[in-house]
Amino acid sequence: MVMNQSLLETVNLTKVFKIGGIIGGTKLTAVDNVNLRIDSENPAILSIVGESGSGKTTLSRLILRLVEPTFGRVMFENRNIFDIKRKMEVMEFMQKVQPIFQNPYESFNPLKKIDSCLYNTALKLHVAENKEEASERVKDSLSSVGLDPELVLGKKPHELSGGELQRVSIARVLIPKPKLVIADEPVSMVDASIRMSIINLFLDLKKDLETYFIYITHDLSTAYYIGDLIAIMFRGNIVEYGPAHEVLSDPLHPYTETLIESIPDISRKWSEEIKMSGFELKEFEAAGCKFWYRCPYATTRCQSNGPKMIELKNGRSVMCFRYD
Amino acid sequence: MSKDQILNVQGLIAYYKLRKGDVRAVDDVNLFLWPNEIVGIAGESGCGKTTLIKVLYGLVEPPLSMLSGQVLIDVNGEEIHLYKNTYEVKQLWWKHFSYIPQSSMGVLNPVIKIEDQFGEIFMRGDKNPPKKEIRKIVEKSLDALGLPSEVLRSYPHQLSGGMRQRVVISMATILNPRIVYADEPTTALDVVVQRGILQIMSKLQRDLGNTFVIVTHDMGVQHQITDRMVVMYAGKISEIGGTDDIFKKPLHPYTALLIESLPRLGDKSERKSIKGSPPNLLNPPKGCRFHPRCPYATSECAEKNPSLLEIKNRRYASCFHPLGQ
Repeated sequence: MVMNQSLLETVNLTKVFKIGGIIGGTKLTAVDNVNLRIDSENPAILSIVGESGSGKTTLSRLILRLVEPTFGRVMFENRNIFDIKRKMEVMEFMQKVQPIFQNPYESFNPLKKIDSCLYNTALKLHVAENKEEASERVKDSLSSVGLDPELVLGKKPHELSGGELQRVSIARVLIPKPKLVIADEPVSMVDASIRMSIINLFLDLKKDLETYFIYITHDLSTAYYIGDLIAIMFRGNIVEYGPAHEVLSDPLHPYTETLIESIPDISRKWSEEIKMSGFELKEFEAAGCKFWYRCPYATTRCQSNGPKMIELKNGRSVMCFRYD
Repeated sequence: MSKDQILNVQGLIAYYKLRKGDVRAVDDVNLFLWPNEIVGIAGESGCGKTTLIKVLYGLVEPPLSMLSGQVLIDVNGEEIHLYKNTYEVKQLWWKHFSYIPQSSMGVLNPVIKIEDQFGEIFMRGDKNPPKKEIRKIVEKSLDALGLPSEVLRSYPHQLSGGMRQRVVISMATILNPRIVYADEPTTALDVVVQRGILQIMSKLQRDLGNTFVIVTHDMGVQHQITDRMVVMYAGKISEIGGTDDIFKKPLHPYTALLIESLPRLGDKSERKSIKGSPPNLLNPPKGCRFHPRCPYATSECAEKNPSLLEIKNRRYASCFHPLGQ
């Protein structure tokens, strides 16, 4: 079998944080042995879904090369990004992989016009040689996110609405024409009535500019709406991975099941009541499967042993003993 | 106020008085509450929904100021004007109505154990039972919320967000108040915990038979647990009605477009969002505040301000051209 080229691959990626002092401190495994792969064949959107504390933001920071892993590596275009040390190569990586953050008001300097941030991106990443070229690039990318450069340039962040400013930050990301955009909860601060316009923008960019996206969110409904692939994270592990439609219509992991049932969707109402655990805090320290306390199918095996990721057909995989 | 209502609001106007002008967060609001129901206040961020329940709860502090209107509440069969100074609002808190804020840390004192914080609430009640009895009542209430009794001996920071929120819900209902106001009670929580807490709240409401007012921007949450819904836009109420009725056949174009824009599970067809963005409340548009974004707007909408009218049986909308009429 011929393997497809990979754009991004994480290999046994692990990040352990130490909490507390040198003596008596505890360890928290925020990202635990994560293996993810995005093929470079077709532009795709990978949605990573998880609760707060599931490690999804740490994972995105690892892929962005903002934190060093404790163990494992991140391969981008078949090169470990943590081996990149030379300044020019770092710059090249930054051109190809760009982030969008949750709160657009924190991404921009509140005292400066948004122009400065946009021009700096163009000049410092060396995608434009001089001011004229930069100006052209900036105007191009502003129009590609549906903003009129005439109306936006020259304004300060507080003069724009949250939705507009998030569009500007997406425009900033597009200036170096990146291959991969990592968007961490990009719409959770945006008003509900304009949220979908940002989400639809990602879909358009995927189609028109052939950009790959990693969309990180806690919201399964938007994750499904734009994602080609979905990865479900729980307490540092990816517990289920596969094509979005199949994961949602036929969830394999018990946690994915609970998650899907718990969405306050407007097309159905919750039927049965779920059990609330008093054990939330202990889940991080569980020796076996971390979902053991709440899992309806748990056996004694799950309590003592952690399951491994099991690959199934159709590009799906799941971390649960039931599919061993 | 008619006999079957427990709260009635008429012509309520509350602005934030700032140096650069008035932020018209609550502008001419009329509504009422019945006993034994869950009412949801829906709307986007900045539409004035939090300000509205703050005013209903009696928590008006500068720069927020109440300009006109009245809030009538029923206290043991007696009709009371909340802002007539004859009554000290704080004496009614916890006993007659309580408030669950978005962040549970806003209610809990970080340096006092949970048990002692319950003790302080009981001091506000009509009878102040001995400590042993308090412990029994509280343990029973916590047990109903799925919390172990060790919680009582903990400090707030030792509990997770979901557990703290359940402690606050227990506090807000322990003296059995007539009305419980909750401001985005589950927004900071994960969906699974959110579902657990919402189910607990609706079960509590059914057991106690009082009225819950839940403010949330999440239309999915509104759909799951509320009986009636108040939809707000830019400081005004655009629609009031039964939750199922509103989701089935919204009257106000804003409600309709908002519902249409929501992604549904298992449906990948394209979702359109409402064009434009919500207005700045320092300088809201003339006429109907939704008219610049409304596809049905006429010249009348840009000139005159529609008032909230009963369109059909117990369904209210403030629109000159309600849908399906």
